[in-house]
Amino acid sequence: MLKKRIIPCLDIKDGKTVKGTQFLDLKDVGDPVVLAKKYMEQGADELVFLDISATLEKRKTLISLVRKINKEISIPFTVGGGISSLEDAKNLIIAGADKISLNSAAIQNPTLIKEISEEIGSQCVVIAIDVKNMDGNSFVVTHSGTNKTEILLKDWVQTVEKLGAGEILLTSMHSDGTKNGFDISTIKMVSNLVKIPVIASGGAGEMKHFKEVFNQTNVTGGLAASIFHYESISIPELKNYLNQEQIPVRL
Amino acid sequence: MIVIVKYNGGNIASVENAVNKLGYECKVSDDLKTIQNASKIIFPGVGEASSAMKYLSEKGMDVVLKNYKKPMLGICLGLQLMCETSEEGNTVCLKIFNTKVKRFPENEIVPHMGWNSIEILNSTLLGNLKSKTDFYYVHSYFAEICDETTAISFYNQPFSAVLEKDNFYATQFHPEKSADLGYQILKNFLEL
Repeated sequence: MLKKRIIPCLDIKDGKTVKGTQFLDLKDVGDPVVLAKKYMEQGADELVFLDISATLEKRKTLISLVRKINKEISIPFTVGGGISSLEDAKNLIIAGADKISLNSAAIQNPTLIKEISEEIGSQCVVIAIDVKNMDGNSFVVTHSGTNKTEILLKDWVQTVEKLGAGEILLTSMHSDGTKNGFDISTIKMVSNLVKIPVIASGGAGEMKHFKEVFNQTNVTGGLAASIFHYESISIPELKNYLNQEQIPVRL
Repeated sequence: MIVIVKYNGGNIASVENAVNKLGYECKVSDDLKTIQNASKIIFPGVGEASSAMKYLSEKGMDVVLKNYKKPMLGICLGLQLMCETSEEGNTVCLKIFNTKVKRFPENEIVPHMGWNSIEILNSTLLGNLKSKTDFYYVHSYFAEICDETTAISFYNQPFSAVLEKDNFYATQFHPEKSADLGYQILKNFLEL
């Protein structure tokens, strides 16, 4: 049976891991390679590295960090942040990333999704979508939530699927950093609309939040950052809990 | 020399790292002679079947791989290319294993991505590993069960997780991405 994936996310800024509340107020929580290795040893199923400085400050994701990570860890990992061309994507894959994630670049240039997926395979292309709920609708937002768009979430997820995305990483700005639980209704809507895997992100604060999102939606993975960084929940503890709650996880 | 066959832009670095970490030297190559003279071949790959086969046959690698007599390990797309045919791009493959590669049905979540357990039938490659162990998969096409299937996984239907025939071995999952137990499989292969 396919297991539900528990995915720690490491937000990288200037080569260090950081995590803030609703993307602001960043606090340094350590060396990404050391942290990645720790998560792997604790049983993380996959890792995501997002260079959050890259888009805002036009900084390219560090290839050398990807090489270092690849040497140290033996589970799959995704790298995102600042990828704006096929060349960027290819370089990261060659350096050892299993998948790349596109966010604002995909919105500015949707054909980039098609270009990359045709060249290196759909399975390598994760589309990260940040969403904000306004006036009863869910809109896509970019640049770490600072830019609003007129794009409706339900349209965008279907567009990216058609263009060849292999996976969607959905972050609800409404719940991100709050620790009040995942935005179930938005996640449910998306995971019912597409036939590619969806990873839920934003709002995990307690173990039961993961149980809720896995029981109530079709997502195949749950992503979180701060609860793991600050060790309020450990990965083994979370997986044992989910296992007891009849949710299939890798132990 | 252990040779990792290079034939597309996929993530070969992970396989190379894994082999090195296990204490073996290896070479990534698309040179016919180097591949022919390899002590062992690892045939990895993510990508698309028809363009991969086209590249292999243009280089003459298809014949070399088919006639190779020492241990060879296919991984993911490597496994699929070692079968008879693939529905991906209606491709005629290397015909090492007597089975066909099909696409997962449209009504399922595809790709099959993540950790899934295996049921071991009778495998040399898997050694002392136990059934129910999880490995990391990412694929949209699968090899049907056949006499050469030595481990099965289920994703809405059973499919070949591992295939073995004479000197040929292949895993649909990624041992190089499956943490310690995945490395154990690579170690088993390297020690053959």
